[in-house]
Amino acid sequence: MATEIGSGVSNLSNNEFLTFTLGSEEYGLDILKVQEIRGYDAVTSIANMPEFIKGVVNLRGTIVPIVDLRIKFKMSQVVYDQFTVVIILNFGHRVVGIVVDSVSDVLTLKPEQIRAAPELSAALDTRYILGLGTVDERMLILVDIENLMTSGEMALTDEVVNG
Amino acid sequence: MSIDITQFYQVFFEEAAEHLSTMESLLLALDVGDPSMDDLNAIFRSAHSIKGGSGTFGFNDMTEVTHVLENLLDRLRKQEMKLTDEMVNVFLEAGDVIHMQLDAHRGEGEVDAAQVKTVCEKLERLTCNVGGQPAHTPAVAIPTTAAAETAYGLFEDEPAAAETAYGFFDAEPAEKSSGDDAYGFFDDAVFDAPAKVDEPAYGFFTEEPAAAAPVVVADQSFGLFVDEPTQLPSTPQQAQQETQQGYGFFQKITPVAQESAPVAKEVVEAEAPRRRASDRTAPAADTSIRVNVEKVDQLINLVGELVITQAMLAESASTVDSGLYEKLQSGLHQLERNTRDLQEVIMSVRMLPISFVFSRFPRVVRDLAGKLGKQVELKTLGEGTELDKGLIEKIADPLTHLVRNSLDHGIESPERRLAAGKPEKGTITLKASHQGGNIVIEVADDGGGLNRAKILGKARERGLAMRDDMTDAEVWMLIFEAGFSTAEVITDVSGRGVGMDVVKRNIGAMGGRVEIDSVEGHGTRILIRLPLTLAILDGLSVAVGEQTYIIPLGYIIESLLMSDDDLRTVSGGGHMVHVRGEYLPLMALHEVFNVPNANVKKDARIVVIVEAEGKKIAVLVDELLGQHQVVIKSLESNFRKLPGISGATIMGNGKVALILDVAALSSVPARQSKLAA
Repeated sequence: MATEIGSGVSNLSNNEFLTFTLGSEEYGLDILKVQEIRGYDAVTSIANMPEFIKGVVNLRGTIVPIVDLRIKFKMSQVVYDQFTVVIILNFGHRVVGIVVDSVSDVLTLKPEQIRAAPELSAALDTRYILGLGTVDERMLILVDIENLMTSGEMALTDEVVNG
Repeated sequence: MSIDITQFYQVFFEEAAEHLSTMESLLLALDVGDPSMDDLNAIFRSAHSIKGGSGTFGFNDMTEVTHVLENLLDRLRKQEMKLTDEMVNVFLEAGDVIHMQLDAHRGEGEVDAAQVKTVCEKLERLTCNVGGQPAHTPAVAIPTTAAAETAYGLFEDEPAAAETAYGFFDAEPAEKSSGDDAYGFFDDAVFDAPAKVDEPAYGFFTEEPAAAAPVVVADQSFGLFVDEPTQLPSTPQQAQQETQQGYGFFQKITPVAQESAPVAKEVVEAEAPRRRASDRTAPAADTSIRVNVEKVDQLINLVGELVITQAMLAESASTVDSGLYEKLQSGLHQLERNTRDLQEVIMSVRMLPISFVFSRFPRVVRDLAGKLGKQVELKTLGEGTELDKGLIEKIADPLTHLVRNSLDHGIESPERRLAAGKPEKGTITLKASHQGGNIVIEVADDGGGLNRAKILGKARERGLAMRDDMTDAEVWMLIFEAGFSTAEVITDVSGRGVGMDVVKRNIGAMGGRVEIDSVEGHGTRILIRLPLTLAILDGLSVAVGEQTYIIPLGYIIESLLMSDDDLRTVSGGGHMVHVRGEYLPLMALHEVFNVPNANVKKDARIVVIVEAEGKKIAVLVDELLGQHQVVIKSLESNFRKLPGISGATIMGNGKVALILDVAALSSVPARQSKLAA
């Protein structure tokens, strides 16, 4: 397991992470996957979708689906206001937006700061966790965001028609 | 030449395909009895360009065929022999063969070696048939022996490489003739300029080895060329012909160039003004560049965004005091005009004249009429009508099918036509025109027309849904049913009843419609109505709760207010609406799409009656908002296909609205209507 995760981390093109919070937890994702950060507005909802798919927005002419990770990760408080943040992710062939509680900063982690993730019984499957990063007293959950967003359980792709 | 030439393959493929189609259309227009020298020369040049290009890129199979083809063409244009019908046929076949080879190099399809061989043999036989063999025997032999092939490749390649050195804009200098490619002119200018200094007639030769540098045997090349009889006579003549005739294109402009540059007088003869003309007029000439479609689509997207941003600005500015911000206001007006113009121009980039499709039909008709023993004339009208590139590509197959059908079933045999008191030669008319926001393509023939009784009989036989009191128009539409054919004899051309249904389906998929008009004994006319572009759709926007949906206008029959009296409940929970004697299933959009806060007024429900694939549905909405032209955006590129939705668009306020897929709407799994909601 450890080697697997080690390779997963070293596969990252760099070790810079954008950190964001969901409830009291702090997460990190590969900065190179981030296209931009914007506010949450004008979302067109879509019928018969899982609750965490909020709908689609117009991002300068491109239709982009928006996923609320707070709902996906079963956060208790989900409010939409002027402080709600959407991280627009770009995986090269797909653009997806995720709603998080807040975006903090960009951190560079050295390989020795990253440890394998323990088997958590959390909302987030260990499959989608690259590892845990420690910066001073903070602990970051490093998310394999591309795998997570393109996985079947996100119902964002055509493979899962009955999402 | 250490550059990787594979990167230029695509350019060569496209150009070779263009040359082939030029060649074909010229061949078809050729008057066999009295061929025009210009046309023969143009055909020759097309063949020569393909040969040059294929040699450069090492596609030797193509070089071989074009070489043999060129030999015969060369003799024709030097009037050493007379053009015959047989030759034209073989030329066309050779064109097909080269096309096949081209496709094979592109990785699409395979080469039928036997066919290549047959055509080459036919060409060689024709070349040697009439007089003057001795001089030509070596030429014919060259491509058949491998060693000679290499030798030939050697010196043929060099000039070709020299050409391509400039060329990769336009690898074939033979395009001197075509006049539709600006880069071609630059080539000429380059070639002609030094030519004038040295020896005008042979400039072409002298210049080439020079530019190709590595050819050591500059003067020996002459000797080499002797082995290649086609080359030697052809090129100087070509060069000369240019000098004498110029390109018709340039001569027209020459006086203008002279006026603007009187200095030109000092320079010798026509050469200089011609060069000047090419210098000066090239930018103004019929220039074109190849651009990736993706880039164009990107532009269209961006302009769409610009229009939306502009609309948003205009809206915010409408609230400020126009007295205080007069400059701002006028600036915004200016912006509005500019963005509209820009949008119009950019949308037009994707438009192509329909002649791209029509141009293939002379050949189709010629071949087929020959095969069927019919005499047919093809008339095309409105070739300049423009439509979206995507549609152009998709309309080609259905149109081909309709034309073949008209020829096979519509036009009668010459005897029958004479007996019916019609001219022996039938006419098929292809016509394109704009009508409102649509483009209408018409395929008409003056043949036998459709036979109502026969179609009805056949429909009964096939067990199709039909009544005896159907209108003619309804009866004619029966021929678009799957498996329907009234042909008495099934030929390999048509009559198997496969196709007309596909035609209708394909056209439907493009958002178009087909109509038939026919008078027995006088002919049939098939009308295809298509939207101007695939990227834009006319739609009715409707409000449901806080959501906006777009219903494509083409599907809408009417919108009406419905009262409770018109509502019928069906066991199982569904509802039907009673509209003028018809009962239509009612579908409440807010239930299909689970929209909260739908505001359906109980006393005045608004329903939109839509029809798709022959089924009518009444769609219940909150409110009708208005009619728009919307730009269709894909949902799938970042997301996925959604049931009942065909795409999305961006409204003036920047929000996304979903476009209903009317045809699929009825099958969307929805809880049955509870109207009270």
